[in-house]
Amino acid sequence: MNVSHMTSHLGEWLRGSGPESDVVVSTRIRLARNLAGEPFTTRATPHQKAEVESRLREVVELLELEQPLRYVSVAAMPAIDRQFLVERQLISRELAGVLEGPRGVAFDEPETVSLMVNEEDHLRLQSMRSGLELEAAWATIDRVDDAIESRVEYAFTDEFGYLTACPTNVGTGMRASVLLHLPALGLAKQIDKAFKALQKINLVVRGLYGEGSRALGDFFQISNQITLGKSEVASLSDIRTVIHEIIKYERMARTTLMREARQNILDKVARALGTLQSATMMTSEETMELLSAVRLGVHLKLVGDLSPLTVNELFIHTQPAHLQKLMGEPLDGEARNAARATYLRNRLRTAGSSS
Amino acid sequence: MKCQHCVKLATVQITEVLADNAFEEFHLCEDCAQHYLYVTAPKKKPGSNREFADSTEKFCEHCGTKFVDFRNSGRLGCPHDYQAFQAELLPLLESIHSSTRHAGKTPRRPSRRFSAQELARLRKELQSAVLKESYEEAARLRDRIRHIEGD
Repeated sequence: MNVSHMTSHLGEWLRGSGPESDVVVSTRIRLARNLAGEPFTTRATPHQKAEVESRLREVVELLELEQPLRYVSVAAMPAIDRQFLVERQLISRELAGVLEGPRGVAFDEPETVSLMVNEEDHLRLQSMRSGLELEAAWATIDRVDDAIESRVEYAFTDEFGYLTACPTNVGTGMRASVLLHLPALGLAKQIDKAFKALQKINLVVRGLYGEGSRALGDFFQISNQITLGKSEVASLSDIRTVIHEIIKYERMARTTLMREARQNILDKVARALGTLQSATMMTSEETMELLSAVRLGVHLKLVGDLSPLTVNELFIHTQPAHLQKLMGEPLDGEARNAARATYLRNRLRTAGSSS
Repeated sequence: MKCQHCVKLATVQITEVLADNAFEEFHLCEDCAQHYLYVTAPKKKPGSNREFADSTEKFCEHCGTKFVDFRNSGRLGCPHDYQAFQAELLPLLESIHSSTRHAGKTPRRPSRRFSAQELARLRKELQSAVLKESYEEAARLRDRIRHIEGD
């Protein structure tokens, strides 16, 4: 499979629209499932993994969904293409590089659904949306799960629910994550305060690219921790309550900033844009921090001619694998930072003139 | 339900495996459960050190994963581990999820504790055990099949 054509559009989660999209970037729900009577992936022999892959591949390709899914073998893919799919959040870093042997992913053209095969669990189903769309994401993935379940037997008991390789996922196997952009709370140094409420009700905060990743550019992922003893609907409802709280805090912080420090915010956004428009070397970390300020500027209507969609496009296109696909050649270290700066300069040449 | 040892609400269910097919159930609150698991239970069995060793050496008959493997890797070997290591997993599940019982979606088809595939596999193993004249193994398999079918 050639992934290069995928640079011409953005996945569903990066559309930049949807409910509460001034604060919420995207919503993702994943379900962990395993086949009955088979060892989990980490315990399976290469032969067993190949069997699981071919069984699930057949099932996935026969699913009758509005958007057909296409299966790709990740094992057979060049490293840069795997990285590309990680950046688009279609596969996990584990599936890309840590796990071995037969494994793959199926996803639809608009990138609203992705099914990973032979991740830590045999099947990881994922549904992605722009903005805060927990109900819609759940409805989609629940339907896909039912369709698969009618063709295979999942490892399930009444007592423990869906059985997973790691006991932290057993039960519903559901992890719902909401990606938030909280630059005003970041500037006001109130992030920790806002997150304190989370620990009490067992929600976790992570950076943009999942477990262990740093919260760059004030992007945070909030997800449920508990999967046993609480239904999917109850979990989603808990998350929704907390997310609405945090959205309220962030909007209040934005209003306060605009009232009390308007000049400072204007300056911060203008400098960020100016650096992006003129720098000749740019790391992905710095890009993330600067685009975070620009995104805030767009939502505060301080930058007239940039859309949230364009900002999202710049975020994803400046990730290492996307950048190399766009440039059409492998680039390392310094060459990549130079190419990133050139790309940003060209894309932002005329931006910000009306602010 | 009330805790069997005090006035608080029972949130933990402990199933003590006494012999092959004998179980004893306790419904306890979190504090009494902790006390039971770490103080009462070890004393019930001869030699508390041996009891600990037994649990790490415990293994799943289906995939061969030992409990100590799970301790080290944090990953179970197969769905049956949830039964094989149930006694060890229950307190862990309680501390991760504050619960030990599933609530939420269930598969549309009637749920079974064991799958049809599983039975087919056991029957095949039984056949080959008989052919190899390993009667002890065959008797073990036969009992398992009967147990599952009667479930």
